Amino acid sequence: MLTLLLILIPLFSSIMLFAFGRNHAKAIAFTASVAELAVAFATLNAVQTGQAALLNIDMPWLADIGIRFHINTDGISMLMVLLSTLLMPLIMYASFNRNYNNLHTLYGLMFLMQGSIIGSFVAMDGFLFYLFWEIALIPIYFIILMWGGNNRQKVTFKFFIYTLFGSLFMLVALIYVYLQTPDRSFDIQALYAAGRQLPVVEQAWVMAAFFLAFAIKMPIFPFHTWQPDTYYVAPTPGVMMLSGIMSKMATYGLIRWVLPMVPQGIEEYGYILIVLSVISILYASFISIVQKDFKYLIAYSSIAHMGLISAGIIACNAQSLQGSLMEMLSHGINTVGLFFVFDIIFLRMGTSEMKQLGGIRGLDSSFAFLFFIIVLSVVALPFTNGFVGEFLLIIGLFQANAIAASFAGLSIILGVVYMFRSYQTMMLGETNQLTAGFTKLTMQEKITLIIIVTLIIGLGVYPKIVLGITESSVQTLLQGIQ
Amino acid sequence: MEQLVKLIPLFPLISFALIGLLNRRLTKTHAAIFACTGVLLSFIDSVLIFVSQSSHFHPVEVSIFDWISAGNFKASFSFLLDPLSSIFLLVITGVGFLIHVFSIGYMKDDDGFRRFFAYLNLFIFFMLVLVLGNNFLVMFIGWEGVGFCSFMLIGFWFKDQKNNDAAKKAFVMNRVGDLGFLIAMCLIFFTFGTLNYTQLFQPGFMSQFSFDATTITIITVCLFIGAMGKSAQIPLYTWLPDAMAGPTPVSALIHAATMVTAGIYMVARTNVLFSMSPDTMQLVAIIGTATALLGASIGLFQNDIKKVLAYSTVSQLGLMFLALGLGAYTAAVFHVVTHAFFKALLFLGSGSVIHSMGGEQDIRKMGGLKKHMPVTYTTFLIGTIAISGIPPLAGFFSKDQILSEALSHNPTLFVLGMLVSLMTAFYMFRLFFLTFHGKFRGTHEQEHHLHESPFTMTMPLVVLSVFAAFAGFIGFPHALGEKLGIHNWFDHYLEPVLGKTASHLSLSTELTMMGVTTALVVIVILIARHFYVTKATLPMAENVERPAVQKVIYNKYFIDEFYYNFITRPLDALSAFLQNFFDNKIVNGLVNGFGQVVVKGGAFVRQLQSGNINAYAITFVIAVILIFSIFIF
Amino acid sequence: MQLISGIPLIYYIYLSAAMFSIGALGVMIRRNAIIMFMCIELMLNAVNLLMVAFSSYMGDNSAQVFVFFIMAVAAAEVAVGLAILIMIYRNANTSDTEVLNQLKF
Repeated sequence: MLTLLLILIPLFSSIMLFAFGRNHAKAIAFTASVAELAVAFATLNAVQTGQAALLNIDMPWLADIGIRFHINTDGISMLMVLLSTLLMPLIMYASFNRNYNNLHTLYGLMFLMQGSIIGSFVAMDGFLFYLFWEIALIPIYFIILMWGGNNRQKVTFKFFIYTLFGSLFMLVALIYVYLQTPDRSFDIQALYAAGRQLPVVEQAWVMAAFFLAFAIKMPIFPFHTWQPDTYYVAPTPGVMMLSGIMSKMATYGLIRWVLPMVPQGIEEYGYILIVLSVISILYASFISIVQKDFKYLIAYSSIAHMGLISAGIIACNAQSLQGSLMEMLSHGINTVGLFFVFDIIFLRMGTSEMKQLGGIRGLDSSFAFLFFIIVLSVVALPFTNGFVGEFLLIIGLFQANAIAASFAGLSIILGVVYMFRSYQTMMLGETNQLTAGFTKLTMQEKITLIIIVTLIIGLGVYPKIVLGITESSVQTLLQGIQ
Repeated sequence: MEQLVKLIPLFPLISFALIGLLNRRLTKTHAAIFACTGVLLSFIDSVLIFVSQSSHFHPVEVSIFDWISAGNFKASFSFLLDPLSSIFLLVITGVGFLIHVFSIGYMKDDDGFRRFFAYLNLFIFFMLVLVLGNNFLVMFIGWEGVGFCSFMLIGFWFKDQKNNDAAKKAFVMNRVGDLGFLIAMCLIFFTFGTLNYTQLFQPGFMSQFSFDATTITIITVCLFIGAMGKSAQIPLYTWLPDAMAGPTPVSALIHAATMVTAGIYMVARTNVLFSMSPDTMQLVAIIGTATALLGASIGLFQNDIKKVLAYSTVSQLGLMFLALGLGAYTAAVFHVVTHAFFKALLFLGSGSVIHSMGGEQDIRKMGGLKKHMPVTYTTFLIGTIAISGIPPLAGFFSKDQILSEALSHNPTLFVLGMLVSLMTAFYMFRLFFLTFHGKFRGTHEQEHHLHESPFTMTMPLVVLSVFAAFAGFIGFPHALGEKLGIHNWFDHYLEPVLGKTASHLSLSTELTMMGVTTALVVIVILIARHFYVTKATLPMAENVERPAVQKVIYNKYFIDEFYYNFITRPLDALSAFLQNFFDNKIVNGLVNGFGQVVVKGGAFVRQLQSGNINAYAITFVIAVILIFSIFIF
Repeated sequence: MQLISGIPLIYYIYLSAAMFSIGALGVMIRRNAIIMFMCIELMLNAVNLLMVAFSSYMGDNSAQVFVFFIMAVAAAEVAVGLAILIMIYRNANTSDTEVLNQLKF
């Protein structure tokens, strides 16, 4: 019941906003997102106390072809749900003092997106997962198209087609495995069983098809070229949704649908994906170093982090999986933070080209301080949430492939190079003519950043809150694989 | 006892939080009081623990909370108090407190006064976590934390991008080392399944696992790479001289007394592992010696008072690593302790000088400060004698222990070590004479401004000079001590953690060595005196063409330029290539090309749709005929 | 009946094939819409002829019913088609199909 509520509240709020939200968009949106968060916490409680009746819904839907409406929340799904419900009010709140036309439509689309993303996190039926996966694409397409920056038509078109193209491979793989099930069912357990019985080479092909879809969404080198431009033109709330929440659908999908379905394929051929992911980490890190625009920098650094997550998932052991889940949450929080920082600067300065900025720290030291903590988390300093995830990922990856882990570790050096370089160029040094006009943060902006920073440090010092949620589910998943 | 241990790092953390949160609402005085009290309380706490444990040491383990756990990986945030950490606690909080007090006077007029103390407290907190941690991961918290504080403090005057560059360089180079540390942790966990010291270093624990010698060598080399970064060893030492961009108390606390010795602490802490790998030990000894020589030789020609001290620190750290590499862990830790005293003293003394000179750091523009700053002069002299290794000051004992270890292991290393200490004596006295003797060479304005520093600054100098003079007796030489009935308390104290020092020289050898070294040092000092006092020669000005060898050394062997041209620039070029060519043209080109193929294909097929009815009709008829022909034939 | 069966069936087939081919050829190569229209009629009538011939040879009248149908439909078609043609002519001042090639892409 709670699981269904998690999907329905955003969908309902989105309809409400479209229909009646013109005048009270902020109030409705914020209330709904907080209500959703409350339901998420209730669900968390149910997950931890093991009240399966509240969580699991399984009814026939298109029974003729074995499609059921089956949703359930376990620890892994729960964490992802928490990620999206936690970030949603924050993203809403961050956008309060920005002037967007047709705010209610924007919020409505965001809720539509949230609903379908959560749907994909809790779907336990292959077809249902695919459905939510694709639906989520539509609102973000319109968000960018309607509120985006220059050149948005071209960029969104590429984004949409590229992602859709990747998803089709996933659909093919899904149907292929479906055809192997004895009684033609899309149910997750049936798909797992069918997938595991495939010969290793076929498993590898299924893996590759799924991975293609996920790699485009994450994104992973060499499928990343849609991402920097899309992030660049997207409006801040849109890009926060996109990088903070939506990219996690792919990594979640990897854990939920690929690892248990084709374990032997992963074991035999997973190293290819690990190598690809590690290349992605280094490649994106290197490119980040020469970025001139802060927003592009965030985009590329995001690719590097997603690469690490993906490598960790494929490594498939308790540390790397726990680490990847932790890192997904951290990355979500951190990128939202970084994009908000971008928003603050861009709103005031009209540019995010780093060379033009400088000396902001002298004008607003608390902003600099909050920003710096986010930077520290991105470069994974201990006691920030970024460290916990990255450390577990590297130590987990190390057990699967020591060399890959060492190369992935290089990102902690390169990360410092590009993050600190950008922080130094924008915030430190002498104030110039442009930045002299930098006004101090408003209360609303400060509160938003403080919440983010509190999450960063809180989860960094006491990550058990998060690790505890997923622990048993990860164990179950690993036992199922072996 | 457990409560006391928990409190040690808590005090500075609380004062950090107070100063950080209240910031502008505090007066400078209150901020200073908070900061100093925080560290003082930790110091008192450490002393209490030390005293209560002095008769017989029971290592104390304190688990505070479970930090990270995943599968069979568990790391709790827990502390371990044993003789080694107890020694470091005393040094950190003791020297830390004095430097805090010194900073009150030194930073008095700075805008960022509160900020400065907040960082300093945070630094102390992380440093305490580093030495208290009961597993590698907690050490890593401190390890990275101090690096971060060092970054903040080097770039303390953030308006000057040069400072920020130095800060960034320090952090990046430290990160290179940290990667080694990280990989070492992964390997240790992979091999032994735990990162916990008490478990890992329990006698007989490691023998339960099957591993080959190579694994241990890789682990220790990786750990050593971590130590290289933090303790400024070749090839990762270039950040330390640049780090002098920070305020002088920072150089004293972080870049001389405490943080840079973290590498030595780490090797000493993991001595069980290091002892298992002779290859690594050899590497440590060689790198240590090379760094000591390099640092000392560069120090000979530097003209910036802080740079001389910085290269001296690099060189002294090299000596410590030499000791570690010889397996003389206690000797290294002993040198850490004495070095903390006299180097902090020297840095603070130089701070006092710089303060008085109004920010001038070039010793060519100083001179004759003796009469203006008597306290600074006296204490600086004590520090200089101590570092030069003249008995009975502290530096003599620790350096002597290292050299005697070297002599009994490897005469070549002994000779090189000897050379280093002679160079040290030379450049330190050169610095000393140029600064305090002769005539004043600065501007008239500066001369007018010269003054002895206020009490808050001289008091720490005096206290430190007392320690620099007498701290050596805690580690009295073995052979001589047996004869005189003086016990080497320090070695004995650390024995539970670091094991027995392996080799002792005979009394006669030891005495000869002491005599020879002391005599040589005195000769070198006299030579320095001859040059810089009697003949009053000045170092060459910046733009003078130097002889080839001197030019190379003066320019620090062009190592920075080498790194810039062979590492930084190629990497930047690679990044630019990847971005501009590979990513834009090839990867994105392929994707767009794919799209283009579809578009072009569509455009081509579109041609068939001419709109001409006759053409359609012809196509239609031909198609029908073709289809029928297929059916018929 | 007599009249029809007096001529051997094969001649009807030849004739209607010739008519059909002429019609098809006309549609394919003529550019005037009216003429093309007439050619279409020619093709229809070629089929009609064949139907009637076969019907009387086979002794089955149902084909003749179809012929009536076709004639009726053709008449309707002519009505509509000519009307469209007139409209096109009024708008474009031509009934040349080379010019009327806008209906594409």
